Amino acid sequence: MSQRNIKNQNHETDQALSEQMQSWHQQLPECAHKVLELASQKGASSAELSVSGSRGLSINARLAEVETVEFNQDQSLSLTLYKGQRKGHVSVTDLTDKALEQAVDMALAFAEHTAEDSFAGLADESLMAQQWDDPQLYYPEPFDVDRLVELSLICEAAGRTDERITNSDGAGFYAGESTTLYANSHGFTGQLWGTSYSASCVLIAGQGELMQRDYWYDSNRQWALLSDPEMIGKKAAERTLSRLNPQKLSTGKMPVMFAAEVASGLVGHLMGAISGGSLYRNASFLKDRQGEQLFPEFVSIYEQPHLIAGVASAPFDQEGVATRNNVFVEQGVLNQYMLSSYSARKLGLDTSANAGGARNLRITSTGETYEQVLKKMGTGLLVTELMGQGVNMVTGDYSRGAAGFWVENGVIQYPVHEITIAGNLNDMFRHIIAIGSDVDVRGNTQTGSILIEEMAVAGA
Amino acid sequence: MIEQVSRELLLPGNVSLDQLDQFLTQAMGPGIDFADLYFQQSMSESWVLEEGLVKDAGYSADRGVGVRSISGEKTGFSYSGDITALAISQAAQAARSIVRQGQSGQVQALARVHFNPLYVADNPILALSSEEKLAILQQADTIAREVDSRVKEVTASLSASFEQVLIVASDGTLAADIRPLVRINVSVIAEQNGRKERGSAGAGGRYSLKTLLDKSLAETVAKEAVRQALVNLEAVDAPAGNMPVVLGSGWPGVLLHEAVGHGLEGDFNRKGSSAFSGRIGEQVASSLCTIVDDGTLADRRGSLSVDDEGTPTQNTTLIENGRLVGYIQDKMNARLMGHGVTGNGRRESFAHLPMPRMTNTYMLPGEHPPEELIASVKKGIYAVNFGGGQVDITSGKFVFSASEAYLIENGRVTAPIKGATLIGNGPETMQKISMVGNDLRLDDGVGVCGKDGQSVPVGVGQPSLKIDELTVGGTGE
Repeated sequence: MSQRNIKNQNHETDQALSEQMQSWHQQLPECAHKVLELASQKGASSAELSVSGSRGLSINARLAEVETVEFNQDQSLSLTLYKGQRKGHVSVTDLTDKALEQAVDMALAFAEHTAEDSFAGLADESLMAQQWDDPQLYYPEPFDVDRLVELSLICEAAGRTDERITNSDGAGFYAGESTTLYANSHGFTGQLWGTSYSASCVLIAGQGELMQRDYWYDSNRQWALLSDPEMIGKKAAERTLSRLNPQKLSTGKMPVMFAAEVASGLVGHLMGAISGGSLYRNASFLKDRQGEQLFPEFVSIYEQPHLIAGVASAPFDQEGVATRNNVFVEQGVLNQYMLSSYSARKLGLDTSANAGGARNLRITSTGETYEQVLKKMGTGLLVTELMGQGVNMVTGDYSRGAAGFWVENGVIQYPVHEITIAGNLNDMFRHIIAIGSDVDVRGNTQTGSILIEEMAVAGA
Repeated sequence: MIEQVSRELLLPGNVSLDQLDQFLTQAMGPGIDFADLYFQQSMSESWVLEEGLVKDAGYSADRGVGVRSISGEKTGFSYSGDITALAISQAAQAARSIVRQGQSGQVQALARVHFNPLYVADNPILALSSEEKLAILQQADTIAREVDSRVKEVTASLSASFEQVLIVASDGTLAADIRPLVRINVSVIAEQNGRKERGSAGAGGRYSLKTLLDKSLAETVAKEAVRQALVNLEAVDAPAGNMPVVLGSGWPGVLLHEAVGHGLEGDFNRKGSSAFSGRIGEQVASSLCTIVDDGTLADRRGSLSVDDEGTPTQNTTLIENGRLVGYIQDKMNARLMGHGVTGNGRRESFAHLPMPRMTNTYMLPGEHPPEELIASVKKGIYAVNFGGGQVDITSGKFVFSASEAYLIENGRVTAPIKGATLIGNGPETMQKISMVGNDLRLDDGVGVCGKDGQSVPVGVGQPSLKIDELTVGGTGE
């Protein structure tokens, strides 16, 4: 196994590392190189690994008292190695020398028994990320229990001012930091550091059989950009109260608007169906559909892996391949699949640097605001919650439980619940008629509300 | 067992059993009224076959200790991947920082918990050679392809895990458990005239891989996966709207898990956030329904000899002839509600807090042969297999998604229908159960339950059931 070095190891991040991070900054590369060396000495023809450390503090307060204080600190190493075209993998949390040597031995033993797979192996050396700018994911703050408890109490209190809020499942904060290093026997090493902060509030309104619950949350890599705790509490209260006294809808076909916070799921189903693993296993309704018009022309879906401080930003994927701005859907046409080097080889294509998935996925908006999308729907169903897993990737058939609001002439009339919405993703994608500018910016997949011309709704 | 588990868990870090009460004392501190330590070592192995080849095999190992300190309704928690005196002390100090004032609770003298082991204490991973494990998967592949030429893709996986836990608590609990768990899964894609459909099946339990081999589960599971895929190739659009639903026996018991089980967990009821809160003694289901949570069934996936708080599991009646009689409890919630523990304190790992969780949840049989249930329906559906489910315990709304279902027309099962989600309200739906079959069956050992981000293995079961009205989420008439 060659140990040629590519010049990019141990990129420094702009921010000062916390004490724990400093120790991982030293230990993880040492640990990684030791394991790769050991694998090579013991007869692996190639190897790759990822080793990570994370720590954090999570607080929950309920009914004006602190309820839980949880500290977490984890580290783990995941090694994949090859003997010729045979593969074995091991993951361990014990990073002592003895445990790591055992891990290498076990992975090699597996590689004695697995089958020759001519497509197996590392990504091509020529594709490794060469140089990159710091994506600036690390914004450390001192982890202070008292401060997070106080903010949790403020958040919950702001949500409990209306007397119709009868109970609470609490408000909480999480503050954490983590680092992940990927290295392989091409000589590639890349390490990233990141912080993550989140706040949430879950409230209950009404009593007995009429109780309803809802929540709101925010998350960000930067503490300073997290929403105001009072705003989160108030928004949770507003959402919970709006669900009181729901009705059922009668069964029929109607337009359905997916609110931004649930619309990202639709993009998720597309990505699942164009991911290499589903395609080469013949388990996707989008197999052999590249180049086809799946959506209206106004729809483009793309990733931006190099965003500064992005939720999922990374200069290299989970195989060390340099990431790039992929456009998966361009003007409605399925432009490319989402591939790792293995699935690409299976399909006779090139990797799209998506080992580990898409990074900071976006969908174009048609420019209408939330209110304008409601207006465009006129009379129909606004979905704000989806339940269950009724999506079949092989056929595209879709049937899920839903709750939301009945809308007439663009105006919300009353909450609805205990209904299902059903269709086929092929038809649903083709019949998108608006994508709002009301983008939910909290997750990896960011979209505004999505309006679909017609779906089957089952209710009373 | 305690000696064996301590050797594995404590000895490598030079910790001894005699020191554990000192660590508990550290976790108690001012204002703390209960503390426990949970030591765990787990290892698991998996083999995956696709396209006729076992392409991937892997192993994972994890060990550590979780320390929990409780003061009334407050919980402090910390854990460490190192099992050394220093790491345990640090975790104990962090956990007890939840409160800093008040009386220190006392650590009771540790006493061994007595229970009957429900499963073998052998490492299932070592029970078969690598060659034998490969042969099981290859057999599943061969059988699936031989059964029907429309089968185009076969994915099969075999997994085994071995877990050792040691639990000590300030109430004097000292318990250890050794837990094997194995599972085989087969998923196939069948194709006919350009149409593709999937079928999948699995089986497993707390036993050796050798048992899985002896029971020929690879063959059973492969044939079942193919059967389902072929049924789905003929499926027509599911109807939409409210209609009678007959559920098959066994795995459709996921209905009870979602519609009833979660809502009866002690934490939600203590907080008053469940649709079943404060309703002990009330009629919450039709009088035909008696539902239990039973952690004591030998060899089953959802069973535990002792729970993760060191309480022996039991068979708890939750609903008796439709009347709500009991909740699912862990130590903290039982104490705060003034109830007894039920052996349902479970956690995903040492790095997670325990909560009240289900074990094997099922309904006792009724008197009707299943054919009578179907014969009683003029127009409705017969659902025999499901994917996952979900529940909102506050409003009681639950969903579960059928993966194999049929139309019932004039008392007879006719065309298969495409997968559809069923949605209802737990307490209302349970009142609408009008017939219960005499064919109680438990599931095949594949259930995973998620709550607050923690996954644990569970079992479900039921006889065939007739629900007079449930909303079916199809696209057809």
